[in-house]
Amino acid sequence: MLEFLNQIINGLSLGSIYALVALGYTMVYGIIRLINFAHGEIYMFGAFAGMLAITVLRLPFFFALIFAMVVSALLGVFIERVAYKPLRKSSKTAALITAIGISFLLQNLTAMIMGNNTSAFPQVFDKQVYDLGGVQINSLQVLIFVVTIILMFLLQFIVLKTKLGRAMRAVAVDKDASVLMGVNVDNTITITFAIGSALAAAAGVLIGLYHIRVVFWMGTAPGLKAFVAAVFGGIGSIPGAMIGGFAIGLMEALVAGYGGTLISPYRDAVVYMLLIFVLLVKPSGLLGKNVKEKV
Amino acid sequence: MKKILSLLALVLVISGLAACSAEEEGTAETIKIGVNLELTGDVSVYGIPERYAFEQAVEEVNAAGGIDGKLVELVIYDNAYDQAKAVQNTEKLIEDGVVAILGSATSGMTLAIAPLAKDNGLVVFTPSGTNSAVTMDGTVVNPWAFRACFIDPFQGQVLANFASKDLAATKAVVMVNSGSEYSKELARIFEEQFNKNGGTVVQTASYADADTDYKASLTSIATQEFDVLFVADYAKNAGLIIGQARSTSGLETVAIIGPDGFEDPKLNDLAGGAANVNNVFFSTHFSTLSDDTQVSDFVASHAAFTKAKYGKEEVPSALTALAYDAAYMLFKAIDNADSTDPAAIRDALEALESFDGVTGDISFDEFHNAVKPAFLIELSNGAPVKATIVNP
Repeated sequence: MLEFLNQIINGLSLGSIYALVALGYTMVYGIIRLINFAHGEIYMFGAFAGMLAITVLRLPFFFALIFAMVVSALLGVFIERVAYKPLRKSSKTAALITAIGISFLLQNLTAMIMGNNTSAFPQVFDKQVYDLGGVQINSLQVLIFVVTIILMFLLQFIVLKTKLGRAMRAVAVDKDASVLMGVNVDNTITITFAIGSALAAAAGVLIGLYHIRVVFWMGTAPGLKAFVAAVFGGIGSIPGAMIGGFAIGLMEALVAGYGGTLISPYRDAVVYMLLIFVLLVKPSGLLGKNVKEKV
Repeated sequence: MKKILSLLALVLVISGLAACSAEEEGTAETIKIGVNLELTGDVSVYGIPERYAFEQAVEEVNAAGGIDGKLVELVIYDNAYDQAKAVQNTEKLIEDGVVAILGSATSGMTLAIAPLAKDNGLVVFTPSGTNSAVTMDGTVVNPWAFRACFIDPFQGQVLANFASKDLAATKAVVMVNSGSEYSKELARIFEEQFNKNGGTVVQTASYADADTDYKASLTSIATQEFDVLFVADYAKNAGLIIGQARSTSGLETVAIIGPDGFEDPKLNDLAGGAANVNNVFFSTHFSTLSDDTQVSDFVASHAAFTKAKYGKEEVPSALTALAYDAAYMLFKAIDNADSTDPAAIRDALEALESFDGVTGDISFDEFHNAVKPAFLIELSNGAPVKATIVNP
């Protein structure tokens, strides 16, 4: 039982990271129907930005986190303006291929600039382990939960209670009607990218601190899994992305912990199989609505 | 007609350029030796020290007049730990007219280039590729592939014996990287030998090469009763595993052992700090803790060489020492062969006996593997505190 609870804790910390990254995917898809495959690289960029903020700029951790989020938001906006905006009237395929291209570009640029071997994220906090009657949780896991929950609340607040949020929801429902209602669609899309990228960067910094290893290819696997999480929860739905992220994290932890020698090496495969399963059975995901496109 | 003429002109121009850029065979005055190393990438920490060692050996031998009066010249290419690049580099080296190839540092890359070297009749001599398949061509030995180090089966046995005898372990847990041949072979041999010694492997946990989160596996492992945790991987994953194990209840002080892949200056950082690296043991090819004067001389000369050439004093790692020995073994073979014919060099290298290197007394067995001792290093607070020599 204790082991199960500990695996739940592991799964939830992993899941928080996936949730943060999945939010970016879901928000961008919701607003311009694009699956931003470069999103995993924003996560990687955020980790590097945070690392450099601590080692080079000597910022304390939370300032480094904010720095990474701001810088990544700017990167996200830049990518949107330069690569995706010109393709808004083109086919979805063109935008998708561009996204994949941007993903490779970012990876290789990072490898060129930062070198292609692993770097270690500075351990600015002493890891304390708290034992609650046999259930182990360490201070970094607590930090991840707290930061994730705060960011999610902030996001929900923005989306549900502010004018900007209303604009985002409007553009997601019907872009043309929003224009007629006086919404500045371009700015709304830009801000959506900025917020999504900031969240991914936060995830990157947290993972850098928690798992230490920072390297140019670190965004690929988490990016894909976060995408699966977003689809599982219902692509386009913000609560869906949160639930999806935690679900994927838990699934991975349980497979790795209980899968035994036969199955645990395939925990990634299990996550990807879930994607196929969801697309076959309920493509709109847990919380997504089945929207029929009007021809 | 115009199209054909312009096409012909283009072909002539290109072949003209190609002819200009094709290197000539080593001139009468220099002996060209090719180097194909992981100078950038995840394991550049293995390739770069080997490069320094090769360069030092060449500088020393040239200062003493070269081999048979001819100076040695290195032709160096970086494979960035990418098999396709490693093969490309080998093709370039063949075109460059080298008489032998030193490298690569890892088994993976050497495995990729060995067949090409064999097909083109060039010695490929890896200082540190330990996977048993490196010198093999199917079930027979690849006559052109050599290594200056012991092989992973030996390493796996050394580790299992160390666990059984020195750590008095009867139960072990093995963590294996399912994406690495190095890891899988080590895990297999360790388990075989550990069972032979009367021990049992109570759990084997597999993970993928890109994984960063091992908590789930470690939490599951922590529920078992065992004496030693064998992590069969390079520092880039092993470091993370050590750090995460030390913060998993039940695994804070368990003995962790590993292969030569643990030897990496980043190990302590990846483990979250030197304070986590206690009760960690690993097998390797060389130790600066040795009291052999040949070793201390090498440590000093290497520091001087790297200071002069790169502005920074480097302490030789196991791979630096292996590469240094490999270079000198090759020089000796060329000298013994009295010729720069790649086939003659191959024969002379194969015939080398009891070469006295900084990593020990080296001979080749019938599979071109080096028969020599291993060192078992104990790390305490991230620093090596004890080195035990294990003879074959």
